[in-house]
Amino acid sequence: MISLHGIERSFLVGDETVHALRGVDLDIAAGEYVSIMGPSGSGKSTLLNVVGLLDRPDGGRYELDGRDVTGLAEDDLARVRREKMGFVFQFFHLVSRLSAAQNIELPMMLAGIDPLERQRRLQQLLADYGLEDRARHRPDQLSGGQCQRVAIARAMSMKPAVILADEPTGNLDRHTGQEVMAVLERVHQSGGSLVLVTHDPEIGSRAKRRLRMRDGAIVGDERG
Amino acid sequence: MRATDLLDFAWQVLRGNRGRTLLILLALAIGVAAVVAVTSLGEGARLYVLNQFGSLGSHLVIVLPGRSETAGAMPGVLVGKTPRDLTLDDALALKSSHAVRRIAPLVVGAGDVHVGSRVRETPVLGSVADLMAIRNMELAQGAFLPEADPRRMLPVCVIGSKVAFELFANQPALGEWLRIGDRRFRVVGIMAHQGESLGFNTDEIVIVPLAAAQALFNTEALFRVLVEAKSREQIETAKRDVEEILRARHEGERDVTVITQDAVLATFDRILGALTLAVGGIAAISLAVAGILVMNVMLIAVTQRRREIGLLKALGATGRQIRLMFFTEATMLALAGSALGLAAGQATTHLALQLYPDIPFQAPWWALIAAPAVAAAASILFTVAPARRAAQLDPVQALSRR
Repeated sequence: MISLHGIERSFLVGDETVHALRGVDLDIAAGEYVSIMGPSGSGKSTLLNVVGLLDRPDGGRYELDGRDVTGLAEDDLARVRREKMGFVFQFFHLVSRLSAAQNIELPMMLAGIDPLERQRRLQQLLADYGLEDRARHRPDQLSGGQCQRVAIARAMSMKPAVILADEPTGNLDRHTGQEVMAVLERVHQSGGSLVLVTHDPEIGSRAKRRLRMRDGAIVGDERG
Repeated sequence: MRATDLLDFAWQVLRGNRGRTLLILLALAIGVAAVVAVTSLGEGARLYVLNQFGSLGSHLVIVLPGRSETAGAMPGVLVGKTPRDLTLDDALALKSSHAVRRIAPLVVGAGDVHVGSRVRETPVLGSVADLMAIRNMELAQGAFLPEADPRRMLPVCVIGSKVAFELFANQPALGEWLRIGDRRFRVVGIMAHQGESLGFNTDEIVIVPLAAAQALFNTEALFRVLVEAKSREQIETAKRDVEEILRARHEGERDVTVITQDAVLATFDRILGALTLAVGGIAAISLAVAGILVMNVMLIAVTQRRREIGLLKALGATGRQIRLMFFTEATMLALAGSALGLAAGQATTHLALQLYPDIPFQAPWWALIAAPAVAAAASILFTVAPARRAAQLDPVQALSRR
């Protein structure tokens, strides 16, 4: 489903050019559970952003469902993200003035989905993630685990093909982290692909396929 | 994204940043209120002057001796030598025009008015019975000058209310005699309190028959002739006829000045209208300032909401949607600010009306449309740059900063 060929990405930091990705080739099939591990600065977050179409590679080719998405315009990329990608971030990135329910609704609102349909999906998501009694709470009234559950529900609201999670447990204690991982894995079991970036080996090892990165290149690809 | 969602989202933003929202609303409201209040003062002045002219009488054509090229100047302040007097016969000849309904020749002078031992110097006006209709005068008591041959020196007079009070105090004045110079007049009427109308205070004058005034001031020359046209449409015809008749009588010389009330009115209307527009324009500068404030606050908002904008982009918001969100916010602010400003402006106008009931303060219709329109245009225009900046934010960078 996801197919990267010779992806290059470099940043200018001061006067120096940092090569975050050097000729990365990667194929991810539909429904796969992949973790990406590596030391900080190894390019794992950049790879996730490129896969999620948030970041554009400087070179190489990216095919998504057989379609070349490398040269798409900004707004077309936004539409593909909306339809196919679900993001979960380390710092949750919830809009603080909106309630949990409103945060979950955001992607559906941007997509212009009918309010009745939206309500139906929202109730379903609140039930799925055990947030019914937290729907009207604002993020500052929620615990970290609840925040991340809201973020996952938000990522799932458009029924994406791929869930991309960048250090989803990085800001949670161990116990809550385990809980959140369980939720994410349940999402994966219901059919979507899950791509997870982490530097925690214990979390990373739960994935069926484990990528290891160093200096912008994939140096290990274990399965099973 | 649906329009209702867009509105709802912008509403949440505005509600979530109350201090900022109130500040912008205040700035916009002050701007709009200033335009409304200032233009309503200007418009009030304009209407006040127009009403004053209106009280001169309707369909009025004024004939003055002497020629002046100055159109639209105040009657009576024209300078220019008088080669030939305007006489009563000239005035009576004007009645031959079909466009003329009535005429009132005027002689003006000042005289000492005596009642017993009391003396008061007042302006004395010599005229005819038709003056009352032409000048829209009102009587409080008695009758006006009788309809009679204007050459007859009837010993009667009509006095202003203030003159009556000063000369007769609280005694009844009607039927009493007063003396002006060496002539005696019986008071047949007292004018109603009307106040000033363009230099003439009818409260403070004494009106006597034309021939009596001519004898009193020892002059045949008329100060001016007031001519009333039969209708508004016939004012121009009346003016032409008057000029023709007097030219024929004055051996082909155009030695009188004929002013139509419309010309004077139009000039004042133009001057005061332009003045209102000018002060309104100055007040509108405050709207531009409010617009700059909107831009400033929006730019700050883009910086403060970097993460949120990055998130929205990650969730699939297009650049267009981000821009629309900012424009919706700006438009809502502009509309709410305008509404507040219009209310405040109207309240100010109302207050001014309470304080000065004589002047008809009212905001002109164009200001009521232009002020909110300029407010909306300013805040939307000044949101273009911040909205574009937000739409161009790189989501990865926006999200990576904490």
